[in-house]
Amino acid sequence: MPPTSRHSPVAEILAAADAVILGKSTQTRLALCCLLAKGHLLIEDLPGVGKTTLAHTLARLLGFEFARVQFTSDMLPADILGVSIFDRERGDFRFLPGPVFSQVLLADEINRATPKTQSALLEAMEEGQVTTEGETRPLPKPFFVIATQNPSSQIGTFPLPESQLDRFLLRIELGYPDHDAERLLLESGGRRAQLPTLAALLGASEFAALQQAAAAVHASPALLDYLQRLVEATRQDARFVHGLSPRAALSLLAAARAWAFSGGRQLVLPEDVQAVLPAVARHRLRLLSGSHADAEDIAALIRSLPLA
Amino acid sequence: MKRSQQPVDALEHGAVPWLLAGALATAGPHASHLPAWLSLLVAGAMIWRAGLWWQHRPLPARWLLGLLVIGGVAAIAWQFHSLLGKDAGVAMLVLLMALKPLEMRSRRDAQVIVMLGFFLLLTHYFYSQSIPTGLWLLAAMTLLTGALIRLHGGAQPVTTIARQAALLLLQALPFLLILYLLFPRVSGPLWGLPQDAYSGLSGLSEQMSPGSISNLIQSGAIALRSRFAGEVPEKADLYWRGPVFDAYDGSTWRAAAAQRAGPAPVIEARGPLQAYTNLVEAHNQRWLLALDVPTSLPPDSSLAPTLEALAREPLRVRARFSLVSALDYRANRVEAAATLTQALSLPAQLNPRARALAGEWRSRTPEKIAEAALAMFRTEDFHYTLRPPLLGRDAVDEFLFTSRRGFCEHYASAFVFLMRAAGVPARVVAGYQGGEVNPVDGYLTVRQSDAHAWAEIWLAGEGWVRIDPTAAVAPSRIEQGIAAALPEGEPLPAIIRLDADWLRQLRNRWEAANNSWNQWVLGYNPQRQREVLSRLGWRDPDWQSMTATLAALCGLALLIVTLWTLPRRRPADPVQRAWQKYCAQLAQRGVRRAEWEGPLDFAQRVARERPDLAALTSEAAGYYAELRYGRSGEGQLRLLQGCVRRLPPSRRRRI
Repeated sequence: MPPTSRHSPVAEILAAADAVILGKSTQTRLALCCLLAKGHLLIEDLPGVGKTTLAHTLARLLGFEFARVQFTSDMLPADILGVSIFDRERGDFRFLPGPVFSQVLLADEINRATPKTQSALLEAMEEGQVTTEGETRPLPKPFFVIATQNPSSQIGTFPLPESQLDRFLLRIELGYPDHDAERLLLESGGRRAQLPTLAALLGASEFAALQQAAAAVHASPALLDYLQRLVEATRQDARFVHGLSPRAALSLLAAARAWAFSGGRQLVLPEDVQAVLPAVARHRLRLLSGSHADAEDIAALIRSLPLA
Repeated sequence: MKRSQQPVDALEHGAVPWLLAGALATAGPHASHLPAWLSLLVAGAMIWRAGLWWQHRPLPARWLLGLLVIGGVAAIAWQFHSLLGKDAGVAMLVLLMALKPLEMRSRRDAQVIVMLGFFLLLTHYFYSQSIPTGLWLLAAMTLLTGALIRLHGGAQPVTTIARQAALLLLQALPFLLILYLLFPRVSGPLWGLPQDAYSGLSGLSEQMSPGSISNLIQSGAIALRSRFAGEVPEKADLYWRGPVFDAYDGSTWRAAAAQRAGPAPVIEARGPLQAYTNLVEAHNQRWLLALDVPTSLPPDSSLAPTLEALAREPLRVRARFSLVSALDYRANRVEAAATLTQALSLPAQLNPRARALAGEWRSRTPEKIAEAALAMFRTEDFHYTLRPPLLGRDAVDEFLFTSRRGFCEHYASAFVFLMRAAGVPARVVAGYQGGEVNPVDGYLTVRQSDAHAWAEIWLAGEGWVRIDPTAAVAPSRIEQGIAAALPEGEPLPAIIRLDADWLRQLRNRWEAANNSWNQWVLGYNPQRQREVLSRLGWRDPDWQSMTATLAALCGLALLIVTLWTLPRRRPADPVQRAWQKYCAQLAQRGVRRAEWEGPLDFAQRVARERPDLAALTSEAAGYYAELRYGRSGEGQLRLLQGCVRRLPPSRRRRI
């Protein structure tokens, strides 16, 4: 469903992002919706399909300051959070903030880091603040983490545990570009070169206003009823080890609101819930076989539940 | 656009195990009576198909299947000399059931398998109508229903499918009950059985020679069940009368030809009457096996001059009879001269020692003669055994003076010989003696192992008096039953000699369940149906009113089920109703909204599939979205309802 209003700021941002990231408008919109719903985003896919480019593009278009950390297995928590060093001139310790002190942190290949480092970041995501050496320091607002990870079947990875996956509002996959998009990419060269030329379309306060407007999108009793039935269906479905938590239900509603808002609507429709459900639910639902639910499982779930 | 190679309704890979299991469950049990080569063919085809499924390999070529079918049909024709009839027909169905999965490519093929399975289920009743068969077929039916659900409902967990299938069958339950109660019954079995079907029935025979009853004893099969209106009488009084033998040729006892032509018997009851109902297993003879002696008989039966209750036709299916008997009685105090003469006749020259012995008693009264014979059995060294030695030409002499080991037929035969030789009219009666009450359902169970032979003598002024010589030798046979009377080590069927209590209890429960099944399912004939209906307060229904009630009740049940499911389909909310009306109209025009599809998604699909309806549908979807999911949507209900009317009339497809 394309955005209906072409002149809203959201539509402008999406149009600008689509010009950089070719043929991935759904994923781009999901990523933007994630930020509109004040959530952190996890992008999972193979190396080289444009994860970093997507994160970078969104940060630039929204006018956020941007930091990038490439996670490796020998990385320590201090490498992200920052360290205190002794300043001879002042005769005192001085805190050097780590890359986490930025508005958008791109955590590249988060599942290559050890669980200890992963959890340091994830704590910052949850609390909105960092505590080191007994001192608590607030993170900038807004603060988003866009993490990318390789499929955990690849070697040298530490898969994120269930509880930490839950901190990501949405998880998306990019997938290979289609034939035409790839041809355009080949003809025009890589997209990274365009990034520095992108101008911010919004100021920081404008984005906060958009977030507020997205959260105010109307969800009718009939829609909440549908959403609840959907969540209950995941709990009763014998295919899944356990269903969606109440927190996941809240995430689903927030994401559906942002999706409706990005479509230029002031009311949430079942379509919006259905559109974001895979991104909300797939990393939260585990099949009895041990793997995460795939797109077909979610589609079957949706098909099994008639709109009342 | 490229056309896909797959057929439109290609069969899902995951549905195949369901269909194979269904085919196996319906065709498999036929292996017990099909020729071995066919069973092997079925097993081979199933394993082949399962292997192809497992390895994701393509199905065999059509010419190969064609050859298999032709070969199979030819083999069946050769084996049964026909392709029609019960056995050949079932064999054909099983062959098709085994080969069809090998060409199962589309959903339609799978549908054929399921339908064939439902049909094949029915054919099992040609061979067995027992409780296990019924349970197995119920399970197989659930499996087939599950296969249908899997076929059309997509991948689901097994438990979900099983629950759905069970629920579907459960919904059929009210219809089953209504049809059971009211569907007009036909007498006899539901389908005709071939003539040789009765050859295997066991029971008493029309003649008695040494060994004939001791052979019957080897069977633990049930001969009859009986329920008494009052207390069950003493075991020693339970003599179930079968054939009466009054002609002896030296080795074999038979019924004299003239026997059944005499005058009707005269019976005086001297004690209380016993009312009871007999459920007699088919034995292919006319005896009802009434207690000695019946005073009131069911319709279509008669009392022979020799006091046997006889049905008009041989009992070829299990049958129920309501009877009344007097256990203490006087029968035929005046007896026809021909009958008495017959009751004194003996083959000439045989058994001289027995004749000589009886000759010594001739001067005494008949009562004293009988007592003398019984005293001889009691006091001298006679033994009761299932394994008597073989007897020669003078069988009675050998038994009385040499071997002295015998079973009830030996004692009855020797006793009657002695009586006749001493001038007392006497005859042999065969039947069953005793029985055992099943505590589970209160029925008295009489088995083939309770088969017995005793004697009757005629006394002037008393009529026919029963004398059981076996009681003189082995009183416990009459008081406790055969298992107690025979010494350890005699060859008795295990079912009679159950020592363990739990085993005995298990057998009792199983037989009680079987009895209910026989009476209420297999033996549910017009008469039984009438009884049930009259107990429900409906006397003498004719078939027209029964059919009318049947239709009315089925309609009512259908209505209830429909009303029960309807609220989910037709909401009371006017917004929902208007939207569903609009969607129903579009479905008629070829675009069907999926139940889970939201309004805007649907409008977009309509725009792709029916551009001419795009604008109107988009408008209607907008109203509906606002009405149902928006804040107020005031006044838009009329607009939405208006959209339904604004739809262009649907063009009928040309057929």
